[in-house]
Parts: sequence; C-alpha cells; structure tokens
Amino acid sequence: MMPETRPRVLTGAHFINGDIACAEGALAAGLGLFAGYPITPSTEVAERLAQRLPEVGGRYIQMEDELASMAAVLGASWGGVRAMTATSGPGFTLMMENLGLGVMTETPCVVVDVQRGSPSTGLPTLVGQSDVMQAKWGSHGDYEIVAYSPSSCQEMFDLTIKAFNTADRLRIPVILLADEVIGHMTERVVIPEASKIERVERKRPASAPGNGYHPYATDDDLVPPMAPVGEGYRFHITGLTHDERGYPVTDAVTHERLVRRINEKVLRQASSLCEYEEASLDDADIVVVAYGCVSRSVRRAIREARESGIRVGLFRPITIWPFPGERIKELSAQAKAFVVAELNLGQFGRELERFTSKPVVGVNRAGGELLPPEPVLAAIREAASW
Amino acid sequence: MVGELLVQAHPRDQLLRADRLPHIWCPGCGLGAVMDCYVRAIQASSVPLDKHVVVSGIGCTGRIAGYLNLDSFHTTHGRAIPFATGLKLAKPELEVTVISGDGDLFAIGGNHFLHAARRNMDINVFCVNNFNYGMTGGQGGPTTPRGSFSTTTPLGNMDDPFDLPRLAASLGAVYAARWTSLHVRQIEKSMSEALAKRGFTFVEILAPCPVGYGKSNDIGDGIDEMRLYEEECVIDNDAPLESLDIDLTSHAPIILGTFVDIERRAYGTPLQGGK
Repeated sequence: MMPETRPRVLTGAHFINGDIACAEGALAAGLGLFAGYPITPSTEVAERLAQRLPEVGGRYIQMEDELASMAAVLGASWGGVRAMTATSGPGFTLMMENLGLGVMTETPCVVVDVQRGSPSTGLPTLVGQSDVMQAKWGSHGDYEIVAYSPSSCQEMFDLTIKAFNTADRLRIPVILLADEVIGHMTERVVIPEASKIERVERKRPASAPGNGYHPYATDDDLVPPMAPVGEGYRFHITGLTHDERGYPVTDAVTHERLVRRINEKVLRQASSLCEYEEASLDDADIVVVAYGCVSRSVRRAIREARESGIRVGLFRPITIWPFPGERIKELSAQAKAFVVAELNLGQFGRELERFTSKPVVGVNRAGGELLPPEPVLAAIREAASW
Repeated sequence: MVGELLVQAHPRDQLLRADRLPHIWCPGCGLGAVMDCYVRAIQASSVPLDKHVVVSGIGCTGRIAGYLNLDSFHTTHGRAIPFATGLKLAKPELEVTVISGDGDLFAIGGNHFLHAARRNMDINVFCVNNFNYGMTGGQGGPTTPRGSFSTTTPLGNMDDPFDLPRLAASLGAVYAARWTSLHVRQIEKSMSEALAKRGFTFVEILAPCPVGYGKSNDIGDGIDEMRLYEEECVIDNDAPLESLDIDLTSHAPIILGTFVDIERRAYGTPLQGGK
C-alpha cells in the first residue's frame, strides 16, 4: 500500500487536537527536521510529524533522549533548516543544557513543552502549568527567552508558526509553552492557504564567502547575520564566551558585552513581542489574569461575576516571556486588585507582583485537572468586597 | 629573542586558523599531531573542503574544532554526536566529523555514541584517548586503566575501562581502528578511509597527556610515552576484539590496527518493501 501523500500545508478546516495542530503549524512554517523523544502529553506532535515530515521531504528522527534531541535540533538549524522538538516537563529539564547552547550560539529553533503535573514524573497524563519559571530560568546563566502560551487548538497552529518566525528573526530558541488540556483537546482549526502563511527569513551575511565574515558581528538590531554551513564562510561556533569572530575569549569585558547583547536583542523587541488578549477590561477594577487552558475556565467566572454587577475583566497573556510587565503597570492604574489563576503555586503571579502595588490574589492548584470557575469566582467576589 | 624566519607560512596554514595560534595544549601533548593528520586527510579527501564540517564536545580534544579553518562547532560536553546527527540530516552533502576526547565521547556522551553507531549514522567519530580528563587537571574517566592513578583515583582506579574498538564493533560501526599519536601515517590513512566510507566510522588515537596522566603514573614526559608506544605497540588487524585492553604500566602489548571494515546499510537508506 502506497502511503498517502498530502501537501505541506493542509489548507482547510479540520477537527484535530492541539498537539496535531502544533505539528501542522510547524509544517506550514516550513519545518525541515524534528528530533525528539516520546513523552506524554506531547507524543502526538512526534507521531504526527513521523508520518507527515517524510511526505513533504522533511526529516524525522527519534533520538535516544532529550539531551540528544535538543542537540540535534541545534545542529539541524545550523544545517539551514527550521528545526523543532516537542516534550513535557521531565524532558524539558533535560533540554535545558542545550537550550543554553542555543541561546549562547544564537541558534534559532522551536521547543514545544506540553506541560503536565510536576515536579518529577508527576502526573504524566494530566495537566499542569508549572514550567513557567523553568521556561525562563531553566538553563544556567542570564538570558532572555520568548515563550508563547496557546489557549486553543487554533493557537497551537498559529503560535507555532509565530514561534518559528520569532526564532529566525531574533536568532533565539523560542518556546511554545502549551499544556496537556490544550494539547489533547479537539477543536476546529482553520489552516489558511500556503501563500497566506507569514514567513520571516533568517538574516544572511551581506557579503560572499571569503570576505571576512564574522559570525557575531551585529547590525543595529543586535542580531548577527547567520551564514549557511558548507558554503565557504568557514566560521567557528562555540558555547564558550566568544568575540565577534566566534573565537573563544576569556575575559570579563568580552563576556559582559556578549551577555548584555544577547539579552538586549530580545528586550529591545519586548513591546512588539508581548501579545495578549483582553476582555471586558474597559471599566474593570478587578483584573483576572490567566493563560493557556485556565484562561478558558476563568471566562465563566468573569461572566458570572459580571452578571452580579462586579466590574471584572480578563487579561490573557499570549506571550508569557518576555513578561508583559509594561501592560500590567498600565492596568494597575485602573485595577484595585489582580486575581491570577494558574495551575502552579504562583509562578506567574509572583512575577506580576513586581509590576503592581495593588493586591495580587493567587488562585492556584498544583495541577491534575483544569482549574474550575468556582474558586476564581470566589476570589473575584472577595476582591470586590474590599 | 626572535629567531630567523625560515618559512613564510606552514603548508597547511590555509586549513588552520593561524590567527588563533599558539594553541592551548601542553608540551608533549599528542593533539597537535592528530590535528595535523586530520588536516592531511581532508586535503586528500575527494569531498570539497567547504563541505567538511568538524564538530566537537568539551575538553582539550574539543578545542581542535576551533583551530581548523572549516565550518566548525564546539558544542556542549558529550553532545557533539547528536549535534552532528542533526547537522548531517539537515544537509546530507556535508562530510561531518566529530573529533573529541574519551571522557566527552564515552562518559557523558556515551549514550549518544551507542545510538549513532546503532543507527549507522553517516558521520565519522575520531576519538583522542589520553586516559584521563586532561583539561580539568587529570581526573579519572571511562578509559583510565584499572589500577592507574589520577587526581580522582588517588588509591588506584577501581573501575575497568572501556575497550573502545570492541565497543564500536559491538554496536555495528562499519569501521573501527586504533592508533597512537606516534603512528601519524596510519592515522592519516585510517582517517582517509573513514572519510571515504559511508556509515558510522570510528578511529581511536591514543595520545600522551604528560601533565594529566603521564606524571601521576610514572610514564614521564610526552616523549617517554611515545617511546613506550614504540616499544609496546603491536599492529594486528586480526586481533580478537576482546584482546584490546590497554595497560600502559605493565609492559603488556598495546594492540593497534584496523579491526573493523565492513558494509552495512547506512541511516537514511530508503526502505525496501518496508524493511
């Protein structure tokens, strides 16, 4: 039996789960290689791509662990293709080593983390949102990361494409910080025509090989052009602190300059990177903050609170990192309290406290089931009574 | 004092990043000789120089990548092989070679060696084995001979070391050879054969680390270890793989040779009828 061969972009309306939508988003974005290790609840991403990548001339490889998966993704990215892996908490932890190499060597790639109940093996099949801080601080050192939080299957598709474009634009690893509920729920996903898919290309060196290409000499946006391998540029890439030539340098001045730049190139774009959705906030003095799957159940709590006359609205960060601190500061002017609902013990909420002097009420569960509307409604009512 | 300039440039300067020299390696270290063998092998290779890529992990051997005027990657500790795997799959026309040390490839990176060999990934792995972690100051590792001394085996090493060609052969490597840094012609020839061969190839090169290993095991300086190689090494391509254990301190023979040179379907070969 000949396998069915489908096009790279499956234009049309589909009824698929979030993991599959993510895989299709990656394909639509031009994914060239997936390297991964199976782990619940992200496995469907790998399974889908094991079938689909060969159909479109891409490469799927199942590696021996997540250390290797992340290393292979970086190698493939330098090989000139868009590369990705997908995992969950325990595997995400193993990827931190080479995520750091990706940051230091400025290697664009996408890491999908479908979060489950943690710590450790935790709840493999049940939801959690406790990798928020690992996504930001999991690898050693000072670095900025971009992480998107999808709250629907459509966003699993859309944000995967956006993740690749951000990765290539800034030469950074980008994280799709999904969760088990969104990964495993099935919804309508509309895939546009191939010509309507946005594609941001990596910046290439302006000069031909042999003209003194320096792999870390940057333009005004602090993002260095990235030369393709095997075409005569003959460059060196290292995870050691390096100068503009890519050569290792062991001194504080070079280190300071490099670490500052790789942070600054992301922070400088923070306002354009920070995406969010707001609902019913115009007159709200209570701001409910929720992302991913939890942003779905809090809508009911907000609706019921509104019906009882409480002026409450939703702030849903789509970009988790860089943190949408500037917008929180603005909302702080109108809010008398923030209610932060999340499936961890306060990771996003604690960060939010840095940007407001107003009370921040956490509605937290460690994971295992979707946060129901009732405790959020109770927290809204409590805050409204102040 | 500045000596008289005898030559304007070394004949292989075009393949070295001369602006990065002198290198960081200690006097008596075997790595310079190994690097020169690799340069000769790629000069003789039918693959254009721009298509040769070298990937290394961490450690003294890992620094080879940075001295070669090629596209070169100095990755994380132990992860050179999976990085090379991704690179090769993304751009198959590249000739991807991993050059790294014994600790990097076989302790922290051991699992990756195992699986790349099993898959018969079309990459070359050249391992410089100096029996210890040299860069960090002579700690024991997965190739440190039993009974020998290092900064972390002060009472003598209780571990049994790997026999690397035997390990590679057991995993299905299509090429496995062992030489010492004294055997520069044989190293170059083996590297050339490995570069020309499709599939997972492995060359082990024993090399002196006089500061890290030689001193603490009464071997002496680099030149003394080279004399030891000259006296104790026996070339036997047909030697049983289980006879390749190394003991530098008891005058036991050190077996060298090309032990494996076979054909096996390389990774990525299209399936025929689902097999």
